[in-house]
Amino acid sequence: MSLEAENPVFLREVRIGFAGRVIQEEMTFAIENGEFIAVLGPNGAGKTTLLKLLLGLVRPEAGEVWVFGRKPRRGNPAIGYAPQFRTLDTNFGVRARDLVGFGLDGHRFGPGFPSRKRRELIDRVIEEVGAAGYAEAPVGELSGGERQKLSLAQVLISNPGLVLLDEPLANLDMAAAREIIGLVGRLRVSRRVAVMLVTHDINPLLPHIDRVLYLANGRSAIGAPQSVITRETLSSLYNHPVDVVEAMGKKFVLGVET
Amino acid sequence: MFHSIIALYRFEFLQNALLSGIFIALAASVVGYFLIEGGYTFAGHALPNIGFAGAAGAVFFGVRPVYGLFVMTILAAAAINAGGREPRERDVAIGVVMTFALGLGLMFLSLYGGYAERVYSILFGTVLGITRSDVIFTAIMSLVSVCLVLVMFRPLLFIMFDPFVAEAKGVPVRLLTLMFLMIVAVTVSLAVQVVGSLLVFTLLVGPGATASRLTSGPCRAILISAMLGVAYMVAGVSLAGLSGDWPVSFFIASISFLVYMPVRMFFRKKGRLAALPQKVLHEHVPRGIVNTGENWKKTEARC
Repeated sequence: MSLEAENPVFLREVRIGFAGRVIQEEMTFAIENGEFIAVLGPNGAGKTTLLKLLLGLVRPEAGEVWVFGRKPRRGNPAIGYAPQFRTLDTNFGVRARDLVGFGLDGHRFGPGFPSRKRRELIDRVIEEVGAAGYAEAPVGELSGGERQKLSLAQVLISNPGLVLLDEPLANLDMAAAREIIGLVGRLRVSRRVAVMLVTHDINPLLPHIDRVLYLANGRSAIGAPQSVITRETLSSLYNHPVDVVEAMGKKFVLGVET
Repeated sequence: MFHSIIALYRFEFLQNALLSGIFIALAASVVGYFLIEGGYTFAGHALPNIGFAGAAGAVFFGVRPVYGLFVMTILAAAAINAGGREPRERDVAIGVVMTFALGLGLMFLSLYGGYAERVYSILFGTVLGITRSDVIFTAIMSLVSVCLVLVMFRPLLFIMFDPFVAEAKGVPVRLLTLMFLMIVAVTVSLAVQVVGSLLVFTLLVGPGATASRLTSGPCRAILISAMLGVAYMVAGVSLAGLSGDWPVSFFIASISFLVYMPVRMFFRKKGRLAALPQKVLHEHVPRGIVNTGENWKKTEARC
């Protein structure tokens, strides 16, 4: 096994499909410890499927996948995952701290008697994401931004080395999105976790991320934002002319539906 | 009044009814909480109806109705689990299976053509004819059901609340859902014998629905649900005994309704009085923010 395979994520020549259709081919890249990666691309390009591949919920059709030097497997404690479009039932009688607690021992059997240690662990991580003000509130009554913070707390409480966030910024206004991004940026430094964050808008992430993984048209490109989000790279990915315009310090991709 | 209730329980059949009722109520209200929170209330309505078909079939074939109940509800639980995870799709499948079963039940009834009393008691329940061995059987099955639910407590709650993360965390989602539905089937089969298949739903859903309005932590909600369920049952059996020949299920359904209505009206949000948050919202909290830390610290309580 090469040294690269010890990385949080290492893919070699991976092909993934969905419903009998190839959605990504020849994916080869490694993600290093503590790296912050933004995952971009149009709908259906395979962003969520890629995360599911790492979680062991989807198998590759070809190629090798390594997560911390091991094959992906369900229930891997080294990964923290927050899915897209969570159908968190607003009528569900669960408090914020219960939601975070699921991340700690939700998968364990037994009634789970309360203990001081458990409570302190939950309190600490809730404090860390700045959600202490509503730790006891029913989840159904929290705003999108508040839920995202709790989602992060739920992910972090098991001390993962790799965090997969699938569109955590969807349905958030700009201020809330910035707050979440800033939080993720700080936490990945303080906890030295690698983060893969799926998003549609790269701009608010630009000051925080190390690299961009861009999926489109069955293929992918990875690298620094200034080398990936360019007219040349994206045009060759999409296989038709795409323009990247910079205005007011932001990048805008023209000619495709992102 | 109190003396006459005590006097009632000199009758052994009422003692038996009360004891089985308490165990049934305990299991039904604990299981019912998960039914409500997991969005399985329609399954909770369908299983007893399907059980009715099983009981009617058993009567037709000349075996004890309880065997028919167990067989049909457990088969139906497996079918419901196979029906998919998406609630709408699942509910349609449940509806189709349930109406088929009801049709089957009706056919057994018309073919049977015998004395309708047994069928009537399956539909509406009875406190008569419960023997000591029935009580022991019911107690063991109910306690086993409750214990299994407690063992599966955390992963089950996780599945109900957040199935995708639960799956990623390695929770065997399908298997546990199947086991849970099997437990529901067993509970329903036990409860049908006392409260009848048409009104089991009240015992399954009434206490849990009221409890999850009153509080917001799962452990507390389950405790309150169990206490309410047992209280409804004790009151129901006692009132049925006092009134002579009025059915238990009528009293339980009425009490459950009379408790749920005011709770529903006054506790709009989970675990809080309706009037409270409005006031707090206008006085202290800027627009757009619903909760502040202070607001929640006050209602803090742990499970």
